[in-house]
Amino acid sequence: MHKKLWLCLALLLVIPGLLFTTSCAKKTVKSEPATKEDAAKKAEVEAARQAELERQRKLQEERLKAERVKSGGGGGAGRAQFEKENIYFEFDRSNLKMDAQDVLKQKAAFLKANPNSNAIIQGHCDERGTNEYNLALGDRRANSAKKFLENLGIAGSRIKTVSFGEERPLNTGKGDAAWAKNRNCQFRLQ
Amino acid sequence: MTERRRMYRICVYLIGLVALATSLFVPTLGAQQYDYIDISNPFLKKIPIAIPPLKAATGNPGEDALAGSVADQLSKSLAFTAYFKMLDPDAFLIDQNSDWTAGGVNFKNWTAIGAELLVTGSIKHQESMIEVELRLYDTFKERMVIGKRYKGWADDQRRIVHRFCSEVIYILTGEQGLFESKIAFESKQKGKKEIFTCDFDGYRPTQFTKNNTINLSPAWSSDGQYLAYTSYVRGKPDLYIKNVKEKRGTVIAKKGINTTPAWVPGSFSLAATLSFEGDPEIYLLTGTGKIIKKLTNNYGIDVSPTWSPDGKKMAFVSNRSGSPQIYVKDVATGQVKRLTYDGKYNTSPSWSPKGDRLAYSGMHDGVFDIFVIRAEGSGLFQLTENTGDNESPSWSPDASLIVFSSTRLGLSRIYVMTAFGTDQRLLLAIPGEQTNPDWSRGVINK
Repeated sequence: MHKKLWLCLALLLVIPGLLFTTSCAKKTVKSEPATKEDAAKKAEVEAARQAELERQRKLQEERLKAERVKSGGGGGAGRAQFEKENIYFEFDRSNLKMDAQDVLKQKAAFLKANPNSNAIIQGHCDERGTNEYNLALGDRRANSAKKFLENLGIAGSRIKTVSFGEERPLNTGKGDAAWAKNRNCQFRLQ
Repeated sequence: MTERRRMYRICVYLIGLVALATSLFVPTLGAQQYDYIDISNPFLKKIPIAIPPLKAATGNPGEDALAGSVADQLSKSLAFTAYFKMLDPDAFLIDQNSDWTAGGVNFKNWTAIGAELLVTGSIKHQESMIEVELRLYDTFKERMVIGKRYKGWADDQRRIVHRFCSEVIYILTGEQGLFESKIAFESKQKGKKEIFTCDFDGYRPTQFTKNNTINLSPAWSSDGQYLAYTSYVRGKPDLYIKNVKEKRGTVIAKKGINTTPAWVPGSFSLAATLSFEGDPEIYLLTGTGKIIKKLTNNYGIDVSPTWSPDGKKMAFVSNRSGSPQIYVKDVATGQVKRLTYDGKYNTSPSWSPKGDRLAYSGMHDGVFDIFVIRAEGSGLFQLTENTGDNESPSWSPDASLIVFSSTRLGLSRIYVMTAFGTDQRLLLAIPGEQTNPDWSRGVINK
């Protein structure tokens, strides 16, 4: 009788114990240190991670730059933008429409942020009408834009105007679409 | 008796010879003695004229060819005036044996084919000199109207022909200056625009500016010695005044535009549009570029001046009423009156050398046409229609013809027509596109 009791007790103690040791043993099994191949792979992954970080950083910088440009910051992108964007006019008119005024505001901001830059405003016309009248009209358009910039605080001495009348059309086609493109002021930086 | 008869005969011959000689050197008869030309429209009834080949006087080599070429040039030059109907030489009834060039004209042969006027002549060619005799006959009245003899180098034939034509036109119309005048114009090729000049009939186009940029608005001074024009040589529209022969001159290079020169008749001064004060206005300048006074004072575009022949009035283009119209300023009183009320876009005025009318270019339905209007504003008359865009009219010195640019053929070309809009024809065509002609006044030293 006592023998059976001790046997149960023993079993009760031993089996968990066994279980314990095995799990412990499992737990204590450590991974072996990496081979040479693995080390290279690891470096690759690290490099990729760094590159990704760099790319993110660059994107962020671009975004910041764009923000700055919008608010008139300097740099190459700003110059290109200044010279690329024209303002347009209606036939035989030299008054500035709303969208022309918006573009001019950006240009004024650029000039403010870049006090060493000076601008040349070219006045252009479409081919209809007399060349001579159009030379004067182009002059009026360029001066219209110049006055607007002056009113925004840019010194008149920083802005030159040149009229080309209908002599240098952007678009040599005929018809309303082409003509609309040619009734413009173009901007250059000195 | 025979002695006396011989003496008598000799006297008769001598008198006849003297008479003949003097008839050749008689100064031109008074103007407008012949009322062939209907003043109200001189071009409606064209005068039939016959110009047979000249007679080769000596038979020297090349004389025949010269005889033909001089008659041909005479014919072309007179045809250019549009007053005449040139009769077909094939219809001429010429008796080859009779010396019809030396006063023995059989007028019946000419009236029979309908000729009212006849030009005959002879030409002598010796070494490099030529001697040309030319006569104008009234075939119905059977008399000689003009008889001239010219001597010159063989190369001078065109000049001789033109001298004679001047005499013919003076006798018939009382006007002068056409045959010695020249035309300046712009020609554009590959984005560059240069100034060219040519003779009144489009012959001998010659490039005047050679600076490979944009050159505009040529204007002859009254004596034909200077050409004013706008040029972008320095990157902006500056006004150049250049002596035609010596190519020296002045530049007006103020800020803004310096353009549309218009010489004051008979004076070494000109009006021009300058915008250095911030707005395009018209100023009066000396021929050396000094400002004499400001002629317009209106915020807006004031451009394209043209003077009345007495220099007392100036017409110009202004958009002070909202769109380009033509106005006339009395220089003495300062009063400005609007001239054009028809149409919304009227530019390019040119005052007739006779002073009574102006030609201009007006836009309607999207195309440009040449109009003529009396200086007081009445008598509006349209000269071109359905022929593309017609712009930049300029009068001949005798006010009989108008030169202008037209796109009726596609590319812009220089055309000429009578002051009544008849006989519209191409003046010349050189590579590129031609625009903005200006007709000089009177005599030009070639």
